[in-house]
Amino acid sequence: MTLRGQAAIVGLAEYQPRLYSKNATTLGMLADIGHRAIADAGFEPAEVDGLVTEGFTEAPFMAASTVAEYMGLRPAWADVVDHGGATSVAMVNRAAAAIAGGLCETVVCVTAARREERHPARAKVAASSSYKDRTPQGEFDVPYGASGAAFAYAMILNRYRLTYGGATARQLARIAVAQRYNAGANPEALFRDPLTIEEVEASPVVVDPIRKLDMSVQCAGAAALVVASAAKARSARQPAVSILGAGENHTHRSITWAPSLEDTAVKAAADRAFAMAGLRREDMDLRCIYDCYTSTVLISLEDAGFAPKGNGGDLVEERDLRWDGDFPLNTHGGQLSFGQAGIAGGMSLATEAARQLMGRADGRQVRDCGFAFVNGNGGVMSAQSALILGRER
Amino acid sequence: MSEGLSLYDYVGPVPRPSPASLPFWEAARGRRLLIQRSKKTGQFVFYPREISPFGPSDALEWVEVSGRGTVFAFTIAREPTAAHLAGKTPYVIAIVELQEGPHLTANILDCRVEDVSVGMPVEAVFVDISPERTLVQFRPAGAGA
Repeated sequence: MTLRGQAAIVGLAEYQPRLYSKNATTLGMLADIGHRAIADAGFEPAEVDGLVTEGFTEAPFMAASTVAEYMGLRPAWADVVDHGGATSVAMVNRAAAAIAGGLCETVVCVTAARREERHPARAKVAASSSYKDRTPQGEFDVPYGASGAAFAYAMILNRYRLTYGGATARQLARIAVAQRYNAGANPEALFRDPLTIEEVEASPVVVDPIRKLDMSVQCAGAAALVVASAAKARSARQPAVSILGAGENHTHRSITWAPSLEDTAVKAAADRAFAMAGLRREDMDLRCIYDCYTSTVLISLEDAGFAPKGNGGDLVEERDLRWDGDFPLNTHGGQLSFGQAGIAGGMSLATEAARQLMGRADGRQVRDCGFAFVNGNGGVMSAQSALILGRER
Repeated sequence: MSEGLSLYDYVGPVPRPSPASLPFWEAARGRRLLIQRSKKTGQFVFYPREISPFGPSDALEWVEVSGRGTVFAFTIAREPTAAHLAGKTPYVIAIVELQEGPHLTANILDCRVEDVSVGMPVEAVFVDISPERTLVQFRPAGAGA
C-alpha cells in the first residue's frame, strides 16, 4: 500500500510577496489564491471536491468549513493542517491519501498570510487577540445571539416540522428515554437515572422548541482510537474492527448559507460511506448517531437513509432504540446521557461502536453485532462524517 | 414582557467591518440596505465577500434593496444564547429572506415572540449600537412609524 503514483499536482498559484498587505483578510486571500490555483489547473470550482487549509486566527473554529463556504465550495472531504512550517508540504500528502482512499478526487490546498504595517508605538500589541473571530459569522451572526449551536438546531427542527410534520415532542422524548436506558447499563455514563417521556416534555424550553432534556450536556473527558493497517491489525491485542466505508460532506458554515435546513448534509456523507462499503442500511446491527440534540438524531436517521424523509418520527415510535431492542442506537447512552466531553463526545460514538463490534460492551452487548454505522456532525449540521465498521470475522 | 423592544438598547460585541463589508456598514449607518449581487448569475450574495462564491470569473456589485422580506426560519431564545443577551430573553433569532433572495440573520423587534411565524412579512429597521456602527434588524412590515 503506497501513495506512490496515486495523485498528482496539476495546478498552482502564488501571489508576489510584498512586505505588507493593505486591507486584506486572510479568508479573502485563501479563497482568492485557491480559486487561482483551480483556474490554473483548468478546472471549474464545481469539480473540486476536496479542500485543505491552514488554521488561521480569524477563524478559531471550523476553518475548513469557513474557507469552503467563502470559496463557494461544498467539498466531499476537507481538512485543517496545523504543523507550523511543515503544514504546506504535509497538506499535499494528506490530499494524496484522501484521493488514494477514494474520499475525493480533486483537492485544493490553500495557505495565506496577511501582514499589516503597524505604528512602532503599537508594535507590542498582540495582533492575534484583536483578530480572533473576524469571520463573517462573528460579524453578521453573533450580535444577534446567533452564536453557539442550539439556536441553529432549533431553527432546523422548526423548518423540519413545517415541511414534513412529525418530530413531535413525544417522538423526540423517546430518543432521550431510550438513550437514558442505555446509560443505565453503562457504569461510565454521567446520567443513569431512568427518564420518562413526561419528564423530558416537562423540562424547560431553552431555544424553542428544544428543551433541556433534549440536549446533550457538556462535561470533561477524553477518548482516543488507534487505527492500523489491516496487516498490522493482526498483531494487535484487540479484535480488529474493519473500516469498510467512509464519507464526509461539508456544505456550509453560516446558517444563512445552508442549502436546506430540513434536508441536511448527512445524506451525502452516509451515501458515500455505504457506497464504499457496498452494504445496505438493513445490514447495520448498530447505529451511533451524533446526538447533540434529540432532533439531530431523528433527522440524521432519515438523511442517513434509515427511514424515508419525513418518517423519522415513525421510526422512533415503531422501533426499540434500546441496546437490547430491535434497533440499537447509541448504546452507551449517547452524548445525551453519557455526556459530551467536547469533541471527545463525538468520539464516544466511535469508541462505543468499536467496543460493540469487539464484543467488549459488557452489560449492554448487542447480540451478533457485525456492522455499525457511526456519524459525526459538526457546526450547524453543516459538516458531516460517516463511517461503516465491521467486526473481524 | 415579550415585545423584544429591549433589543433596541444594544450592549454587546460591535461588528468590525472587513474591506469587503465596509460598504454594507456605511450604508446601514445611512439607513440603507446594500447587498452584493453577482454579475454572472444575478443572484444576491450575503454576507459581503471579497470574491464571488460563484467563482473568480464573476464580479460582485453593490445594489440597494428594499429592506422587505419574510421570516424564513426562527427560534425563540428562552435562555440567553450569548452573554451579551442575558437579561433580554425571550427574544427571537431569525433568518430573514429578503424579497431579492438572500438570507440574513436578525432579531425580530417590535413584536411579541409568540407572534412570529415563518412567512411573516418583515421590514428592515436600523439600530445604532455605537458611534460608528448600526445594526440591521427587522420588524413586522408596516409596524411602527
